[in-house]
Amino acid sequence: MIQLETDVLVIGAGGAGMYAAIAAARDGCRVQLVDRSLIGRGGATVMAQMTVSVALGEQCPDHWEHHLADTLAAGRGLCDPVLAQLLCENAALRIREMDAWKVGWARENGHLKQVYAPGHDRARCVYVDFLNTGPAVSRTLRAQLNRIAAIRRIGDVLITDIVVHGGEAVGAVGLHLLTGAAVALQAKSVVVATGGLTRLYRRNSGSLNMGGDGYALALRAGAELIDMEFVQFFPIGHLAPRMIGMDPIMWDPFRYKLGGRLLNAEGEEFADRYGQAESGNYVLTRDVATYAIYKEVEAGRGSPAGGAYLSFTHVPEADLRQAFGPVIDRLAKNGIDLTRMPVEVAPIAHYHMGGVRVDASMETRVPYLFAAGEAVGGASGANRLSGNAITEAFVFGERAGTTAAARAKARAASGWDAKAAAAKALEPASRRSQAAAVPNTAALLVELQALMADYVGPFRTEEKLRLALSRLEQMQRELGPIPAGSEAYDMVCLDWLDLRNMLLVAQCVVLAAIARKESRGAHQREDFPGMLPGWDLNQILSWQDGKLSLERVPAAQAAARTP
Amino acid sequence: MTTRTARLHIQRGTPGAPARTETFQVPFTPGQSLLDGLRWIRAQLDPTLAMRFSCINANACKECMIELEGKAAYACTVRLREGDMHIAPLHNKALVHDLITEIAPRDERLLD
Repeated sequence: MIQLETDVLVIGAGGAGMYAAIAAARDGCRVQLVDRSLIGRGGATVMAQMTVSVALGEQCPDHWEHHLADTLAAGRGLCDPVLAQLLCENAALRIREMDAWKVGWARENGHLKQVYAPGHDRARCVYVDFLNTGPAVSRTLRAQLNRIAAIRRIGDVLITDIVVHGGEAVGAVGLHLLTGAAVALQAKSVVVATGGLTRLYRRNSGSLNMGGDGYALALRAGAELIDMEFVQFFPIGHLAPRMIGMDPIMWDPFRYKLGGRLLNAEGEEFADRYGQAESGNYVLTRDVATYAIYKEVEAGRGSPAGGAYLSFTHVPEADLRQAFGPVIDRLAKNGIDLTRMPVEVAPIAHYHMGGVRVDASMETRVPYLFAAGEAVGGASGANRLSGNAITEAFVFGERAGTTAAARAKARAASGWDAKAAAAKALEPASRRSQAAAVPNTAALLVELQALMADYVGPFRTEEKLRLALSRLEQMQRELGPIPAGSEAYDMVCLDWLDLRNMLLVAQCVVLAAIARKESRGAHQREDFPGMLPGWDLNQILSWQDGKLSLERVPAAQAAARTP
Repeated sequence: MTTRTARLHIQRGTPGAPARTETFQVPFTPGQSLLDGLRWIRAQLDPTLAMRFSCINANACKECMIELEGKAAYACTVRLREGDMHIAPLHNKALVHDLITEIAPRDERLLD
């Protein structure tokens, strides 16, 4: 077993993890930043296309309280107001720090350019052209990381469990994917920054790594998960014609800049039938748009591939080129000429509102265990406001890194328990017992994604959810014990470990969705339409004696306690 | 839509052992990527085929780099085509397993 030791261990090297590592090192700690993939390339951050919301007040007057009001309204009464305020109040600090680090936010007339995004009361979102926000943010944070000697970056290590001793987090164990060797990482503070769970769904806008690892790690370590029923679907994910080398959420920036028209198979605009009319401007919020597209398809007015048309044919070519420059050529290579044809779009799993329950310092109920970024639940309630995800990565990442460092410095020793670690660490493949029959893990993953998309999508019924739950339990049995295989990058072992986490996290989503007998934000129950005041509750899941347990707390009481 | 078939000849193996080439018949609809084909092979025929990718389709992560007909390419941006396609791991990087090579920058590796 390979042994490592540090002050602050950060799991996941997307925007939140990188920011947490920088913040912890800035406060004098040694940091290990570990990712199952490459550093700063594998999370959701690098996939971000455009908007980052922040009340700067340069382009038009603004105040973080207005940003907070919009965030709370989008969350449909379920946001943790303490976390939401933290997010909005600290956004400007982080966006300006990124500016000082030369991220390259778009500028106009001597100030940062801000665009209007649905759900905001004014133009509030900064971005990097063209469709380049995520890559620019990742590159900028990587450049900062590389300058700090106290941060050790370690790629290709999959963390498989948090090590807890005496009720406190003391480190983690994992698998070095390239060799199959077990790794033990001793740390005084542990930050989970592994992102969301989009990989649970067939069509998604995340990277492969977003299989809910961090939720499963935190849950098994004794932390709680909150709001797990709320999976955000991005309404206009690219559907057809097939494109390569382009992110499926790339149409949003076109909508921000040029409006665009969302049409059904009959060529009619239809958003007004579902409560929000558009007249050339992009005002449709994500939950309403998702609902509207599903209902049009259900009524037989969907596009050939089963979505809606998005059309820019009314926009002059010169305007398209000015707004999107080289992207127009990349579209042409995919056979798409926006001046002549619409594209087909449909809802796609995009973000998870739920996640690890933390206090205002990002610490879970397990001492010395922290979460950051999308891994955190609560700030967005039942529906996240456009533009808050990258902001959340920065703000919660910085906060988690800072407080994890402070807690690590005040801790004499981590209380590392080699025996507890060894018990959780994986045996090398050569020493594992040979399982009798290994299922096709890659096929099981495909089946899981289909099951979640078809039965636990944005529109839910008791019947479908119950079917999903029973199949998930069955799949867990079929998975069997961890298979023995090869040592170097063993795909079946990797799938098995991913399925272990994904099946657990999927059950969390389904259990919370069955329990919430109303419709709110991203959780729409066809058998319980409408939002009920009696359901101003947050649902909290924990892992007790090998079982999931669910409790409800009034939304106000779920608010993060002040440390 | 018309279904066509690509014949993927994939070089497989681990360091120290002689490489072998395996051939898979992959049905596809025009427009699909080589990465789609590799994923299809894992789910339908052989889950042990070692390959890596992260961003799936966005050409953002750069992890799916392989050699196609002897030239470096991203599996996510090459389209499947009818007939023979020869796929191998990058020859100028240390082989890990099948199509996976050691691509992490030196200072981001656990082991030297």
